[in-house]
Amino acid sequence: MTLASILIQLLNGLAAAASLFLVSAGLSLIFGVTRIVNFAHGSLYMLGLYGAYSLIEFFGRTPLGFWGAVVLAALAVGLVGVLIEVLVLRRIYRAPELFQLLATFAVVLVIKDIALFTWGAEDLVGPRAPGLSMAVEIMGRRIPAYDLVLIAIGPVVLGLVWLLLTRTRWGALVRAATQDREMVGALGVDQAKLFTSVFFVGSVLAGLGGALQIPREPANLELDLAIIADAFVVTVVGGLGSIGGAFLAAIIIGVAKAFCIGIGTVTWFGFEVSFSKLTLVVEFLIMALVLVVRPYGLLGKPQAAQRAAEPAPRLQVPSWTFALVWLALLALVPLFADRYTTILLTDIVCFALFSVSLHFIMGPAGMVSFGHAAYFGIGAYAAGLLMKRFGLPMEAALLLAPLVAGLFAIVYGWFCVRLSGVYLAMLTLAFAQISWSIVFQWDSVTGGSNGVFGVWPSPWLADKTTYYYLALVLCGAGIVFLWRVLFSPFGYALRAGRDSPLRAEAIGIDLRGFQWAAFVLVGALAGLAGAVYAFSKGSISPSSISIAQSTDGLIMVLLGGVETLTGPVVGAAIFTWLRDVVARNTEFWRAVMGGVILLIVLLFPQGLVGGLKALVARWREQRA
Amino acid sequence: MTAPPMLEVKDLHAFYGRAHILHGISLEARAGEVVALLGRNGAGKSTAMKAIMGLVPPARGEVSFAGQRIERLPPYRIARLGLGYVPEERRIFTELSVMENLEVGRQAARAGVPLWTEDKLFALFPNLARMRERPGGRMSGGEQQMLTIARTLMGNPSCVLLDEPSEGLAPIIVEEMAHSIRALKGEGMSVILCEQNLHFALGVADRAYIIEKGQIRFGGSMAELAANDSLREQYLSV
Repeated sequence: MTLASILIQLLNGLAAAASLFLVSAGLSLIFGVTRIVNFAHGSLYMLGLYGAYSLIEFFGRTPLGFWGAVVLAALAVGLVGVLIEVLVLRRIYRAPELFQLLATFAVVLVIKDIALFTWGAEDLVGPRAPGLSMAVEIMGRRIPAYDLVLIAIGPVVLGLVWLLLTRTRWGALVRAATQDREMVGALGVDQAKLFTSVFFVGSVLAGLGGALQIPREPANLELDLAIIADAFVVTVVGGLGSIGGAFLAAIIIGVAKAFCIGIGTVTWFGFEVSFSKLTLVVEFLIMALVLVVRPYGLLGKPQAAQRAAEPAPRLQVPSWTFALVWLALLALVPLFADRYTTILLTDIVCFALFSVSLHFIMGPAGMVSFGHAAYFGIGAYAAGLLMKRFGLPMEAALLLAPLVAGLFAIVYGWFCVRLSGVYLAMLTLAFAQISWSIVFQWDSVTGGSNGVFGVWPSPWLADKTTYYYLALVLCGAGIVFLWRVLFSPFGYALRAGRDSPLRAEAIGIDLRGFQWAAFVLVGALAGLAGAVYAFSKGSISPSSISIAQSTDGLIMVLLGGVETLTGPVVGAAIFTWLRDVVARNTEFWRAVMGGVILLIVLLFPQGLVGGLKALVARWREQRA
Repeated sequence: MTAPPMLEVKDLHAFYGRAHILHGISLEARAGEVVALLGRNGAGKSTAMKAIMGLVPPARGEVSFAGQRIERLPPYRIARLGLGYVPEERRIFTELSVMENLEVGRQAARAGVPLWTEDKLFALFPNLARMRERPGGRMSGGEQQMLTIARTLMGNPSCVLLDEPSEGLAPIIVEEMAHSIRALKGEGMSVILCEQNLHFALGVADRAYIIEKGQIRFGGSMAELAANDSLREQYLSV
C-alpha cells in the first residue's frame, strides 16, 4: 500500500466513524442513567435516515433544505425517544432489567413496521449533500467533500456533549444519576424528568447519526439491528458510559473496517486471504480482543455495584407426572389435528428446547446471552453440512450436530465466562455475529445468503407426523434433562454463583469452570434444537443464526418469564403460534407482535406464567 | 398550646423483601430540636430513616412532615418539601467534584428556612473550601462525611435525617461534626440522627429514642437516659 492509499483509507474510516460515534454516544448515555440496554436505539437511527430522506424531498435539494432536514429529523427522532420513554419504559423502571429489555425488543418490532408502512420495503437512496457533492483532491486521490465534513462533525459533537456533561447542572445530574440514581432522587431530583431528558438527548444523537448517513447509505429496514450490533460493539470496546471511549472505539472500528475493504484480497504463502470479507467480522474480533485484555473497555471503569436485586424466587421442578402427561397429550395431537398443525407443533417443540436452553443460561446460571442463535444456527448448519458435504447418514448428522455446536460453545464460552453482566451479553452477541458472518460469506461451503437446500430426513422419518414424534422425543428429552440438571449439585452450584459469586468461590466452587460447562451444555442442546429444526424444514438459511433469531429466543423466554421453568416453554409456544397466525393475516405482523408484547409487559411485569401464578395466588388468598 | 411537631411518625412498619424490619415505630421531632435515634447494629435505625424518606416504601403507618402526610410520596417529593437525608454510606458522587456534588443537591429557596449557599457551607465546613474541584472519590472519609451533609443542606431543608454521622471518623473529626450539628440547630433546623455512639449523642441531642428489634423501647430527654443505667445496659451496651 502506498502512503496515499493509506491516507485515503484512514479518511474513509474516520468518515464512517462519525455516525457510529453519534449512535454509540447516545446508547451509552441512556444506558448509564437508566440502566436499560435499549435495543430500540438502532431503530431510532433508522428513523433518522428515513426522516432525513423525506424531509429533504419536502424542503428541496438545497444546502439549507439538506441541513435543515438533517437537524429537524434528529429532533423529531428525539421526540420519538421521549414518546418511548414516557409511554413504555417509565411504567416499568421498577420491573426486572430483563423485562425492560423485552419492552425495547417490542419497540423494535413496532418501529420496523411503522417504517415499512410509511416508506415501503424498497431501499430509498437519498441525494448527495447539495453544495458538497464535489470531491476534494488529496495526494492525487479524490475524497468526497461530504466525508470531510463528517470527519469534522464527530469531534465537534464530542466537544458539545462533553461541555453539556461537565459544564451544566443537567450534566452534573446525569453523571450523578449514572453512579447512584436513588441518591439523586433523595436529594430532590425528579428522576422521571431526568430520564426523559436523557432519552431525548440520546435519541437526538441516534437520529443525527442516521440523518447524516443519508448521502452515504440508502435507508432500509435492516438498518435497525445492523447498527445496534455495531453500536453495542463500539460502546463495549470504548467502555460503557464513557463518551470519549465511544469516540475512540468508533474511530478504531471505522478505520479497521475501511482498511479491510481497502486491502482487498491478499495472497500469503499461497493462501488467498480476503480482507474485504473480514469487514463484517473485524469489529467483533476487535471487541473480543479488547474485552479479554480490558474487561471494562478501553476507557471504561468497573460498573457501579448494582443495588441488591430482589432475591430470585424458588424454582419448582415440574414433576415427572406433569412432564409425562404433557408429552402424552402432545403425542395425541396428530391423531386429531391436520398436517399444518403438526408442522407448526414441530416448530414449537424445537423452539421450546431453544428457549429452555437459553433460559437455563440466563436465568439460573445468571449469564444473559444476546447471541444464543449462534448454537441453534451452528447445530442446523452442522446437521445439513455433515449430510450434504460429508455424506453422513441423516441420523448420524442429527446426532453429531449438537456436538459440533458444543465444540463452538467450548471456544466461545471460554471467552464469555470471563465477563459478566452487560459486557458478557454483548460478547455473546459478538460471537453470534462472527458465526453469522462466516456462514453468510463462505459461499462455497455454506451456500452463503441462499443457505443449504435438500436437507431432508431419511425416508422412515419423512412423514410429517413421524418426524413430529422424533422432534417431540428428542426436544422433550432435552428439556427434561436441562430441568433435572438444575436440581443436581451442578445446578445448585450455578445458582449459588449467580446469587453471590464471591461466596460461591469462597466455599470452593470453581465458578468459572462451572459456568463454562453450563455454556457448553446449553450450546449443545440449542444445537440439537437447530438440527431437529433444519431437517423439519428441509433447508437452512443464515437467518437461523441471525441477531433476529437470538432476539426471538429472548422474547420467548421473557414472555413466559425467567422466574419459572415452564415459562420459557409457554413463551416459545405462544410466540411461535402467534407469529404464525398473525403473519398469515397481515403484512404488518411485527407491529402486532410488538403491540401484544408491550401489552403483556405493561400488564404482567413478571412474565406470563409468573403473572398467572400471582393471579392464582391472589385468588386463593381471597377465598381463604 | 404547642405547635404540631415538624416530623411525626405513627406506627410505621417496613419490610426488606420479606423480612419485617420495622414493627410499628412512633416518634416525633419539633422545630429546632435535635433528636437521637439510638440502638445497636441491626436494630432498625437506618431502615426507619429510609422508610421516612420513602426509600423503603412503608408498609403501614403514617408519616407527617410540616403538616403534610408523606408516607406515599416518592423520595424526591419528600426532599422537595424540605426533609433532607444524609445516608450512612455517604454515597458521594465519586466522579463529581465537590462543587458538582453540591450542585446536584441544590434546590430552590424555601420560605422560613435558612438559605444555604456554597459560601455559607464552606464557612461551616472549612475543609471543603480548600478542595472545591477535587473529585468526591479522592477525599478522606471525614471530608466525604462533611460533603454529604453539605450536599443535603444545599436543598435548604427544614429538617435533616442524619444516619450515623460519627461512624468511622477520627475523634477530632467527630468533635467537628458535633459542632456542625449544633450549628444547624442554631439555624433553627430540626435534626434526627441515628447513632451507636452514645457519648456523641449526649453531646448534641435534646431527646432520644431507643430502638431495638424494630420497636421503640424508650423515648425521653437525654438527661433521663443519662440517669438510667439499666436502660443503657439493656439496649445500648455491646
